[in-house]
Amino acid sequence: MTALLVAEQCLNGLQLGVMLFLMAAGLTLVFGIMNLVNLAHGSLYMVGAYLATAVFNWSGSFLLGVLFALPATLAIGMLVEVIALRRLYERDHLDQVLATFGLILFFNEAVAIVWGRTALFTRVPRALAGHIMVLPGVRYPAYRAVIILVGLAVALVLYVLVNRTRLGMLIRAGASNRTMVAALGVNIRLLYTLVFGFGAALAALGGLMAGPIYNVQPGMGEEILIQVLVVIVIGGIGSIRGALVGAVVVGMVDTLGRAFLKPLLSTTLGPVAAQSAGPALASMLIYLLMAAVLFFRPRGLFPAVRS
Amino acid sequence: MISRGQAVVLVAGFLVLALVPAAAATLNEPFYLDLFRRIMIFAIAAVSLDLILGYGGMVSFGHAAYLGIGAYAVAVPAFYGIESGLVQWTLAVLASAAAALVIGAVSLRTSGMSFIMITLAFAQMFYYLGISINAWGGDDGMRLARRSRLPALDLADATVFYYVVLAILVGLLWLGHRLVHARFGIVIRATRSNEARMRAIGFSTFRYKLAAFVLAGAGCGLAGALLTNQTDYVTPSYMHWTRSGEIMVMVILGGMGTLVGPVLGAAAYLLLEDVLSAWTVHWQIVLGPLLVLVVLYARRGLYGLLPGSAPRDG
Repeated sequence: MTALLVAEQCLNGLQLGVMLFLMAAGLTLVFGIMNLVNLAHGSLYMVGAYLATAVFNWSGSFLLGVLFALPATLAIGMLVEVIALRRLYERDHLDQVLATFGLILFFNEAVAIVWGRTALFTRVPRALAGHIMVLPGVRYPAYRAVIILVGLAVALVLYVLVNRTRLGMLIRAGASNRTMVAALGVNIRLLYTLVFGFGAALAALGGLMAGPIYNVQPGMGEEILIQVLVVIVIGGIGSIRGALVGAVVVGMVDTLGRAFLKPLLSTTLGPVAAQSAGPALASMLIYLLMAAVLFFRPRGLFPAVRS
Repeated sequence: MISRGQAVVLVAGFLVLALVPAAAATLNEPFYLDLFRRIMIFAIAAVSLDLILGYGGMVSFGHAAYLGIGAYAVAVPAFYGIESGLVQWTLAVLASAAAALVIGAVSLRTSGMSFIMITLAFAQMFYYLGISINAWGGDDGMRLARRSRLPALDLADATVFYYVVLAILVGLLWLGHRLVHARFGIVIRATRSNEARMRAIGFSTFRYKLAAFVLAGAGCGLAGALLTNQTDYVTPSYMHWTRSGEIMVMVILGGMGTLVGPVLGAAAYLLLEDVLSAWTVHWQIVLGPLLVLVVLYARRGLYGLLPGSAPRDG
């Protein structure tokens, strides 16, 4: 029985992990390549979730929602990059933090104006509503299983894209020497805009998959954003591999901590102390982990090579 | 030291703040007293952040943690029956300084983006700690039954409380002025400009930075103690990361690396919030793009627009 529970919680941890990875990949690319701290990345996640949910509820087709939300968020991301963020690449991190903080306020309020402040109701698409057997005797919700598969597939595609294609080569070249790439005749501004839009679409993918299991409401982006920042700092800023490892570690630690810390503490501290200390410690766990990682390896687990 | 233009600005600003209670009484609008007291309390927090952000170049994204610690340092003793302001406020300063010492000792090992994130992480830890302590109200926070008791001063009187806050703000600005022009301040500013060189000529920059970090935390803790008295309430949301962002916005809006700037920034931010929120509940949709515009086009903040504000060194 406990083994089953542990297996199920591990899958939940993995599911949260791939969700964090979808966000972290875009954020870490944008940071690694454009040297931009984009706090508004969570807003793109939220916009993706809202657009998909709205179309899903209107049409009844989850697929239609996905097909609408991905390109729409990609376009919004590129628009934001062209209007505001492009001017911030050469500025220091403080300016970037501030401007993207302003964008967060804007997006949260815009969403509240269109859809209201209360959470939007949505459900798991009917085709994925059931359970599947992942191991003999372990039943797991099909929808969450699909999230895990989609996340792992995206990780694979990203790996191939960045390491094996011409576009990926340009991206890596742009990260190490922007001026040189531009001098060789590559339109680096367009490349940056595309990368930003692509990151936005990944965030939207995370958001639209999160819709049916978490709440779709203003501010949902910031809840996950902070966790994603923890992920990329642990993984090493600018590294996709680090983002994947960091995401899975954070997803696991957070989920398992919430599930098992309280019962674990109650055997040592007694049930009364565990009742209050358990949840507190569980929600602080990933931050403690991050502080510890930064203390011993200030550049994260997989520091990206930068010139 | 102080140019003539700056002196005019300082005196004018002080006179405006000093005359608010009289104006509020004449207009029969006690609300303004409340608003300006709030502005001054956040100004104290913003000035304390600017010490490390503007002068020290340390982008701390977790300054709200000290605001919360100071606030709880008033509400928790009050909850157990200790109402002396001297005890509460001393505790607020000491507790937030101690927290800043621990946070700073770990965070200052990193720099750049990692420093921003690790300070943020520590503040979030305190936020979740506040949420999870049910004895102290958990998520909902707790009411302050009675404002701090000070000898000879009755904080329940709105005007008296106002002048206490004003006195603290002026005292802090004076202390800050002395500090940034003393040897300590010069070392801090020089470290921001070129840390490697400072180390090479024999300064232990880590100690100086840590000391500044602790002082900033202590100042913000005092602001937190005042804030609880202002709202008669404390909640974990005082420590939420968006609050850290707001304090940072005040500093930038007013002008980093100046002492008067953060005060102007706090006033501008809270007055703007007041005006816009009276106009529409969706005021943040105006404020957000406004912030972006300030970052893009007004890099020296409001202070840079004032007469007589010569650009600072570095």
